Amino acid sequence: MDIQFTEEQELLRSSVQRLLRDQYDFDARRKIVASEEGFSRKHWQGFAELGLFAAPFSEDVGGLGGGPLSTMIIMQEFGRHLVIEPFVETVVLAGGLIEDVGSPAQREAYLPQIMAAESIWALAWAEGRSRYDLSNVTMTARRQGDSYVLSGTKAAVIAAPWADKLIVSARTSGEPRDRSGVSLFVVDRHSANLHLQGFKTIDGRRAAEVTLIDVQVPASQLLGTEGEGVAALEACRDCAIGALCAEAVGAMAELNSATLEYSKTRKQFGSTIGSFQVLQHRMVDMFIAHQEALSLMQHLSLSLAANEAGLSRLASGAKSKIGYAGRFIADQAVQLHGGMGMTDELNIGHYFKRISSINIQFGDPAFHVLRFAQLDAAA
Amino acid sequence: MELNLSKEDAAFRDEVRAFIAENYPQEMRVPNPETDLTKEQSMLWHRILHKKGWIAPLWPKEYGGTGWSITQRFIWEQETSRAGTLPPLAFSVTMVGPVIYTYGNDAQKKKFLPRILSGDDWWCQGYSEPGSGSDLASVRTKAVRNGDHYIVNGHKTWTTLAQHADWIFCLVRTDPAAKAQAGISFLLIDMKTPGVTVRPIITIDGSHEINDVFLEDVRVPVENLIGEENKGWTYAKFLLGNERTSMAGIGRSTRYIAKLKKIVKAEIPAGDPAHLEFVKDIARVELDVLALEATELRVVAQMARGIDPGPAASLFKIRGTEIFQNITELTHRAIGNYGLAIREHPVSANHFMPGPEDGHTASEKYLNARKLSIYGGSNEIQRNIIAKAVLGL
Repeated sequence: MDIQFTEEQELLRSSVQRLLRDQYDFDARRKIVASEEGFSRKHWQGFAELGLFAAPFSEDVGGLGGGPLSTMIIMQEFGRHLVIEPFVETVVLAGGLIEDVGSPAQREAYLPQIMAAESIWALAWAEGRSRYDLSNVTMTARRQGDSYVLSGTKAAVIAAPWADKLIVSARTSGEPRDRSGVSLFVVDRHSANLHLQGFKTIDGRRAAEVTLIDVQVPASQLLGTEGEGVAALEACRDCAIGALCAEAVGAMAELNSATLEYSKTRKQFGSTIGSFQVLQHRMVDMFIAHQEALSLMQHLSLSLAANEAGLSRLASGAKSKIGYAGRFIADQAVQLHGGMGMTDELNIGHYFKRISSINIQFGDPAFHVLRFAQLDAAA
Repeated sequence: MELNLSKEDAAFRDEVRAFIAENYPQEMRVPNPETDLTKEQSMLWHRILHKKGWIAPLWPKEYGGTGWSITQRFIWEQETSRAGTLPPLAFSVTMVGPVIYTYGNDAQKKKFLPRILSGDDWWCQGYSEPGSGSDLASVRTKAVRNGDHYIVNGHKTWTTLAQHADWIFCLVRTDPAAKAQAGISFLLIDMKTPGVTVRPIITIDGSHEINDVFLEDVRVPVENLIGEENKGWTYAKFLLGNERTSMAGIGRSTRYIAKLKKIVKAEIPAGDPAHLEFVKDIARVELDVLALEATELRVVAQMARGIDPGPAASLFKIRGTEIFQNITELTHRAIGNYGLAIREHPVSANHFMPGPEDGHTASEKYLNARKLSIYGGSNEIQRNIIAKAVLGL
């Protein structure tokens, strides 16, 4: 099982590679992260012009029909360059949800905007006490005439400060932790009574706590079937995991090649440190960890593309295994770079932080290994 | 776990405990004392200890030490660390002070020791260089004798808190022809001397603890040479031994485990499958601490009987840092989604930080703790030391 890319996929990969190589080196990224907004609208536009935002969507909705494999290809390269822009949030999460469960009117209204980079989206699913449980929702949505009225607080919403639109999970019925009764809503980020408290994330992104106090949302902005939001979010999480795993694998490849390179040039005790057997074995283990992660990533992407049974269990398995592999590689890359690995100046620490962040998003490796086990027992 | 204390030692422990409780400045109880205090704030405890005469337990009494027994010194370490006090600046009191009273001349002792004790001088360590990390003996900073001065040129790095320092103790090469260790001297340099430049290095947690120090034609009076020219390696090794003594960090680990338990209790409901995982992970790390603490107590008991601990310091450094890294990682994991957030530097109340207050420093601590297995002789180097000195390999 090794993915042989089609000509189209090769073309996608080489065009992303070229763009990032020419415009998104580490210095360029540093300037983007330090800028007032914290991301680059110019690059955001550039990605869309290259067709990256249309790539995963089906041709029915005006996309290029590349599916999860094109997401994988894009995200691996984004991982290599630590791309900061909210592609996952806008295209994979929001775009994916709208394509999957949106009404024809919603697809028509929102997907072309997303593909043209005209709107940025964020997904507000987590809450202060939810940890990684998609069904643990206390935000309420009450039906009132032609509207829903939303109240509650969402936690750690990545990209919310950049977003035009949010997708918010809220409870239309049932108790916190009930699987049924959670619904999804498209909410304008600039709605009256919607408050953002922004903060910076460990990997240089912007996020926010989002509080809604009786925010009126037209009933037409209900996304998917009322009360069935958890299933939609689960499918969305599987796709997000596919994207994040690909990004992690891209980052791991960069860490490994940088560490190997460094070990061949850095001299201590009159020899390159790569000549020390203890470090050779360490780097062999890093190589093996990356190989396994790469294989699982491909396996998951193929499974997502075919929408195979057991997909969600595989997604959790991959998130866990690739999470642990990423942490091992990131730890050792910092360790082998010594003090340099600790500095903000060198890219190594930034890969470390991105991998740490990926390991939190949608559940850490320990959460997903448990879910992997539980889904097996349930089968 | 406690030592079996004599009545006198138990009374001493109670006295220390009460003194800390009554005197440790509230102003220093900030979320992250290592990064959040000004220079003046971080000196408050130092000055209180100096007034009490307890600033330098390691030093002989004649130079201002406390005259405590090994057991008492250990009790002091244990109590101050359990209480979460910020230790007095190690580079001054634990590192350069002992070098000066052991190898310095009378004029140097008279000039420097009282100001180290009082906290009037802040010292930093000029050891590592860009090309000399684990292989410290390869330092290239040059000191050339010119009349009654040395002219020093070079580049020191990872210099902790050099931004506050009045003095730097440096390893410099005085004999370029000699083999690695042989041509090194130990030189004290006033940071105000023309040609000394400090450049901040920001670390991955966003904080400014470390620096580059550039030395350009710096004129250093010959009287600032410690001991003999080209014998600096002996003094440096003596100092490194001191650096690693308290690296087991039992008190710190114990405090952080208590905080971790508090976070897990508040954040993860007992019904959540993750709860049991954390319970097990915490139990494992508690056992790690227990085993290391037992080892430390065993070594202290041996030292009290006059037995040389050998390279026990390397064992403490390896395990102490691994354990603390693990605790910071568990804490970062325990706050779940909030682990994405990190405080901005310089720290200000104007910046919003989400999540439980106990977890506000979890991200920065997790990131900052990656340094522990690198600095003070990387853990790989410590393993080499044990392999050679203990196992005879």
